Amino acid sequence: MRAFSYERVSSIEAAARAAATTDGAKFIAGGTNLLDLMKLEIETPTHLVDVNGLGLDSIEATPEGGLRIGALVRNTDLAADERVRRDYALLSRALLAGASGQLRNRATTAGNLLQRTRCPYFYDTNQPCNKRQPGSGCSALAGFSRQLAVVGVSDACIASHPSDMAVAMRALDAVVETVRADGTKRSIPIADLHRLPGDTPHVEHVLERGELITAVVLPKPAGGEQIYRKVRDRASYAFALVSVGAVVHPDGTGRVAVGGIAPKPWRDEAAEKELANGAKAVAAKLLAGARPTEQNAFKLTLVERALSAVLVEAKG
Amino acid sequence: MRFDTPAATNPIDQGKVIGKPIPRIDGPLKTTGKAIYAYEWHDPNTRYAYGYIVGSAIAKGRIRSMDVAAARTAPGVIAVVTSDGVGELKKGKYNTAKLFGGTEIQHYHQAIAVVVAETFEEARAAAALVKVDYAEEKGAFDLTAAKDSAIEPEGGGDSGAGDFDAAFEAAPVKLDQVYTTPDQSHAMMEPHASIAAWNGDDLTVWTSSQMIDWWRTDLATTLGIDKDKVHLMSPFIGGGFGVKLFLRADAVLAALAAREAKRPVKVALPRPFLMNNTTHRPATIQRIRIGAGRDGKITAIAHESWSGDLPGGGPEVAVQQTRLLYAGANRMTAMRLATLDLPEGNAMRAPGEAPGMMALEIAIDEMAERLGLDPVEFRIINDTQVDPENPERPFSHRNLVGCLRTGAERFGWQERSKQPGARREGNWLIGMGVAAAFRNNLVLNSGARVRLDREGVVTVETDMTDIGTGSYTIIAQTAAEMLGVPIEKVAVSLGDSRFPVSSGSGGQFGGNCSTAGVYAACAKLREAVAQKLGFNRTDDLVFADGEVRSGDRRMPLAQAAGDEGLVAEDLIEFGDLTKTHQQSTFGAHFVEVAVDVATGETRIRRMLAVCAAGRILNPITARSQVIGAMTMGVGGALTEELVVDKKRGFFVNHDLAAYEVPVHADIPHQEVVFLDETDPMSSPMKAKGIAELGICGVAAAVANAIYNATGIRVREYPITLDKLIEELPEIS
Ligand SMILES: Cc1cc2nc3c(=O)[nH]c(=O)nc-3n(C[C@H](O)[C@H](O)[C@H](O)COP(=O)(O)OP(=O)(O)OC[C@H]3O[C@@H](n4cnc5c(N)ncnc54)[C@H](O)[C@@H]3O)c2cc1C
Ligand code: SF4
Repeated sequence: MRAFSYERVSSIEAAARAAATTDGAKFIAGGTNLLDLMKLEIETPTHLVDVNGLGLDSIEATPEGGLRIGALVRNTDLAADERVRRDYALLSRALLAGASGQLRNRATTAGNLLQRTRCPYFYDTNQPCNKRQPGSGCSALAGFSRQLAVVGVSDACIASHPSDMAVAMRALDAVVETVRADGTKRSIPIADLHRLPGDTPHVEHVLERGELITAVVLPKPAGGEQIYRKVRDRASYAFALVSVGAVVHPDGTGRVAVGGIAPKPWRDEAAEKELANGAKAVAAKLLAGARPTEQNAFKLTLVERALSAVLVEAKG
Repeated sequence: MRFDTPAATNPIDQGKVIGKPIPRIDGPLKTTGKAIYAYEWHDPNTRYAYGYIVGSAIAKGRIRSMDVAAARTAPGVIAVVTSDGVGELKKGKYNTAKLFGGTEIQHYHQAIAVVVAETFEEARAAAALVKVDYAEEKGAFDLTAAKDSAIEPEGGGDSGAGDFDAAFEAAPVKLDQVYTTPDQSHAMMEPHASIAAWNGDDLTVWTSSQMIDWWRTDLATTLGIDKDKVHLMSPFIGGGFGVKLFLRADAVLAALAAREAKRPVKVALPRPFLMNNTTHRPATIQRIRIGAGRDGKITAIAHESWSGDLPGGGPEVAVQQTRLLYAGANRMTAMRLATLDLPEGNAMRAPGEAPGMMALEIAIDEMAERLGLDPVEFRIINDTQVDPENPERPFSHRNLVGCLRTGAERFGWQERSKQPGARREGNWLIGMGVAAAFRNNLVLNSGARVRLDREGVVTVETDMTDIGTGSYTIIAQTAAEMLGVPIEKVAVSLGDSRFPVSSGSGGQFGGNCSTAGVYAACAKLREAVAQKLGFNRTDDLVFADGEVRSGDRRMPLAQAAGDEGLVAEDLIEFGDLTKTHQQSTFGAHFVEVAVDVATGETRIRRMLAVCAAGRILNPITARSQVIGAMTMGVGGALTEELVVDKKRGFFVNHDLAAYEVPVHADIPHQEVVFLDETDPMSSPMKAKGIAELGICGVAAAVANAIYNATGIRVREYPITLDKLIEELPEIS
């Protein structure tokens, strides 16, 4: 870990300004991802702006009938919130499928969305990795890629996004609210938050330098059966090989987002139109253009089968 | 004390303290955080410095040059010791790869420098500034590719009896299959850690070691100093599973760093270094052939195994158990060793036998099916009471059949569906599997010193280690039983090179051998006590309730101590009984699994182990060993694999997020049954090992249960869902 300076700010605007004007600055929320990466010198910020204590830790009803979730709401608190459990069960279930109790007590809503990949080569600074060190190459392509992505990938990077929560947020059409360094605000649909790797896998999202996530807004409840199915090698404390977040209505229509297979939570509204035709048809659309490696090709079958199981379960 | 004739009745047979379920006596120290582990030693008057390891970034080649200028001038840095700066060091007897010194790189993450600073954080930051110019060489990293180049290891290892080829050819029912097991990591809780302090030429090292004397000797050799100058301490150890049997880099680096820094230095290996800097269980490719008559009797059995290691290393002895487990007149085993430039392969819990049983016990299941026999019955039919290669050599005691029968009954084995893939509950396919457990019993000489003071307190001193197994407790029980005092009156000091050399902890020999050493020392102390108290007859002496009794005469034990106290030291020395008799431990594992019909996720539902392993010294600590081993077996069956990057030559998943060991949710219900037995051939304790028996066969029982649940036979461990998913039934 490199030496760094640390700052607590008193307002959202001050936070955004501090992060934008100090070279090498980063926000720190729960620190459960950032600190690990700093210890390994995968992230080397020279300045940390602590965004805890800015009052961004409440969950409020919106006039539209939805929920505004503060960026600093802990995963544990979000999963336990009565309104979330009742109206957005998918979100609660996805959160509880992730990490461990201790981690969820620290992890925040914004931090969870921006957590970085678990590609093992990204974590080993002796190995080439375009995401960590642009232009150095991708070790995973011809190496160990079992956990990694099959869609949305590029020749430069096949990393998968590890978040469970983000899959639920994507299925629930969440919107991310931010404040920029100049004090202006904007709303970013979650579908547009993360970027695909292309030639620049180190650029993972659309946020500008110093842009602070203040909240994630959920529209009014989607209803339906809400199921989160996480498939993993061991029963707990493991990242998803594949996860399916689904909202299924009694008439068979619904929404499906998939985790563990792409550089971002993966959803294709066109694929959802196939729901009436069964899991195979949905999976075929969802995975169109997939470029699996030999080691992770099983995920194509796994997505289809996990989705089948979810649809059976939704029927009750 | 020589032990070369079977043990007669002795004070241990009283079973007043031995064999009782006594909670571990060091438990309160551990639960209150007062047990001090290697890295935690802290003398407030000492200014410790912190060392951080730098590992090689390549798998094979040479260091051309190292630039440590930036590291040396980084904040807080006291010293930088480099491998090329130190030059070639002698290698310890038990190490295959060198731990440090010189410019040659033999494997990824081999130690090439240690950076010493005022704080851990400063040392770590400076370590990242070390720049190395390597001359990289091509290496061999792929066992499958290297298999054909494998040769007979030094010392041979091929074995046989009868005419396998002819008998196999003639057998009416046959099996010929290949099985693979991957490289595995010990993944113990406490990483390797050492503190070294020099006082002139004298070196004191606090470390985490299973074998004090092996470490002390090899550390002296590596540093080129006199063994007498090294004082090693390792009283508490947070797990080892074999990876702390042999001297490791942390101790060498701490010693060299402390010499350079002229201060005591602490060095711990960061978690990622466990996988590539230390040792691992090597991968194997195993071919098994079995031929049997229609009556189910094995007529021919062959087991061949291929594994790899660095030059100078050895094979994974995966065929060992096949020489002894089942009858059959015609047999052969062979091992072949390939050169691989991966990190050093070495002992991990039940080395050889665990991966060997992973393969053999699937093969037995497959063979039973071909014969139309129940797999429990097939094993019983082929039981043997003698060494099948050498029939005049009997087993000292063998009750495999009892384990299988008891287990089948307690587990409800008759409810297993004979038809694979036939039992379903909701989304789960349910199956049951069985495997034999088998591990040889090893004996190593072991010494101890016992003191008696005038308060009647007995203190045992031995360099034996407690790696979480319960050594403290069973040693205290032994002394209490021998001297007739309550266990509260016994103090046990372990893991210090100033104490008599013991067997140490490994190969499941520690429990039986170290207590036998304590038995010997106590026997000597009993003689001294008798003499001191003026007992003329010794044949009817009874040590009980803090007294010594003979006929009508009774004297307080404490009185024998006088003001100076009494001391006795002895060594148990094992004779030829392991040669004249085959000593082994036996068991049976039963497992029920559920496999998700859609995703192929396998979840364990319940497990049972029945063990026949001589006298059980303490059913609590023994059970804890067996359930831990069963858990590790589940990891081996379902998730554990060090993934080799065949291009770059290293284990990629080198942390506990990516190398998945079982978590609580994976292990719902475990039961352990010990058959009541003693083995007078093993030692005066009549006990044998248990801790490695517990893992042997578990993975195969899981694999067989998965087959029973799904009808899919997977012969490549670990059995992850991708190996099942294409063959699972359609779902609607
Ligand atoms: C052992 C382990 C297991 C795990 N298992 C799972 C799992 O199964 N499923 C899963 O989904 N996750 C898992 N996680 C990841 C965990 O969910 C994330 O570490 C956590 O959600 C990150 O949140 P944080 O608040 O700690 O983020 P931090 O570490 O504080 O920050 C993460 C990133 O977000 C940025 N950031 C934080 N807040 C803001 C903000 N308000 N605006 C802009 N940028 C911001 C930071 O600068 C940083 O780049 C696991 C983590 C660990 C260590
Ligand atoms: S997949 Fe991406 S993160 Fe992984 S090695 Fe390749 S570039 Fe790096």
